[in-house]
Amino acid sequence: MAELVQGARRRKPLKREWWLTPWLFLAPGLAVVLLFSVYPFLNTVLLSFTNATALGGGEFTGADNFARMLDDPQFWTAITNSSLYVVGVVPPLVILPLLLALLVQKQVPGITFFRSAFYTPVVASIVVVGLIWTWLLDSRGLVNSLLQGLQIISEPIPFLTDETLLLISAMVVTVWKGLGYYMIIYLAALANVPKELHEAAEVDGAGPIRRFFSITVPTIRSTMVLVAALSAVAAFRVFSEIFILSGNSGGPGGADITLVMLMRQTATGLNGDLGYASALSLVLFVLTLGLMLLVLRLNRKEDEA
Amino acid sequence: MRIRLVLRYLVLVAVLLLAIGPFLWQLSTSLKGVGEDIYSYPPAFLPSDPTLANFGKVADVVPVWDFALNSLMVASANVVLNCLGAAMAGYALSRMRFRGRGFAVLAFLLALLVPGEAILVSLFLMMRSLNLADTLVAVVLPGAIGALNVLLMRNAFSALPAAVEEAAVIDGANAWQRFTRIALPSVKGSVAVVAIFSFMFSWDDFLWPLIVLSNPENYTLTIGLNYLKGTFALDQRLVAAGTIIAVAPLILMFVSLQRYFFRGVGEGAVKG
Repeated sequence: MAELVQGARRRKPLKREWWLTPWLFLAPGLAVVLLFSVYPFLNTVLLSFTNATALGGGEFTGADNFARMLDDPQFWTAITNSSLYVVGVVPPLVILPLLLALLVQKQVPGITFFRSAFYTPVVASIVVVGLIWTWLLDSRGLVNSLLQGLQIISEPIPFLTDETLLLISAMVVTVWKGLGYYMIIYLAALANVPKELHEAAEVDGAGPIRRFFSITVPTIRSTMVLVAALSAVAAFRVFSEIFILSGNSGGPGGADITLVMLMRQTATGLNGDLGYASALSLVLFVLTLGLMLLVLRLNRKEDEA
Repeated sequence: MRIRLVLRYLVLVAVLLLAIGPFLWQLSTSLKGVGEDIYSYPPAFLPSDPTLANFGKVADVVPVWDFALNSLMVASANVVLNCLGAAMAGYALSRMRFRGRGFAVLAFLLALLVPGEAILVSLFLMMRSLNLADTLVAVVLPGAIGALNVLLMRNAFSALPAAVEEAAVIDGANAWQRFTRIALPSVKGSVAVVAIFSFMFSWDDFLWPLIVLSNPENYTLTIGLNYLKGTFALDQRLVAAGTIIAVAPLILMFVSLQRYFFRGVGEGAVKG
């Protein structure tokens, strides 16, 4: 009894466990993560230096796969399209959701309804979204039919069959689907902007636009950088939007393929070139990681400033 | 002031149309009968004679309800495994002191850094050598316990005061009892978030099932829909009916849970 009281008084936070207990708790999670993320990643690195195919092979070939990329026109098409995608998608995804967040930030009657409705495209799967937009942008679809009916155009616009328009259409779909997601991130950030600052500025005669640029933007700058990073990395990994809008083809003559599409195309089939596909995967990994580190670094500098 | 409010609502309604208009147009298409021209101008936004026939017909041409069942099984397994597995791992990481904890955290962080797309090839090879290629098990496994969910649950447990559990220790409760009876019920909110996101992620996933599944019998709904469109692109009504079947459960789930969802966002903001 005395011992117990003394023990309690010493306030040991928790009983010391049997050494295996924590590992039993961790086992399922660690197993999944090590087996299905860490190991496949290491294996990808190894494979990228071999000539492995679907049928066998797998001799070490050094940097051959990487050298091959330099001469592979499809690789450059894919890199160009993926990069264009980042350039086309990131600015609207940084700006438009912020405007949307400002719009739904104020508590007016029915605002929860609008917030949820704006989030609906995020909830819907990319396949559903892709098929809906395929139908909207079809040569006989709603968009063309409205434009023709209003006599803005005489011929239907080939949104889904022209290589440039297809890429732009896919970007529009990505932006449309992403708006609600980034809106939520901005809403959380906007809640942290001190009200007093706005009130003080208003007293000093600053209008809403002036206040937006001199108070709101500086306080949420790190969130804007975060949104830029998230949307850039996601854009670089784009696959489904273009795959579905192009009817699984990657555009006319494969002109709109992206890095992930090229990876999948290289790896599948009987003569699937697994070594080369792994090398492409590694390039994807390095580029996305680089993009993330770059943005984080920019962010840190801004925080110090 | 009143003009401003009217303007605000006008903009809200305009954005609303942009956000949910495409879904409504798809719904309208799915309800139009064979006799109705779906390419008419001006476009008919309301079906003249609404019918549910397309939902029956889409099931005749492809087994869309089987696909939905496959998706449901995959998503349910994903939710259960993620909630339980991530909570267990998160609990160990936040509430137990042991040698090797740093290594465990590192493994989860590493997994977080690897984009799913970059390991598809290797993952497929692995499933093939395990004889799991073209099975639903292979669809579930890679996302069964997400690293992000583990770290999320660790944070949730770390926010709990230690005192409650100390009492349970004195009462002689073992680690498992403390976990299931005390800690887990206190982080219900976070478990709900993990559940919602696991369900959505798994129900919506496209690329991995596309790679690992080959037999149409095993298709999930997303893969089945893409296949439906490829095979029967001629009748847009059927494709529309299929997409409505795929998206309706998610929208219903989201609408019924949106209160918790936006409350979570608000809480995050206060803490942030």
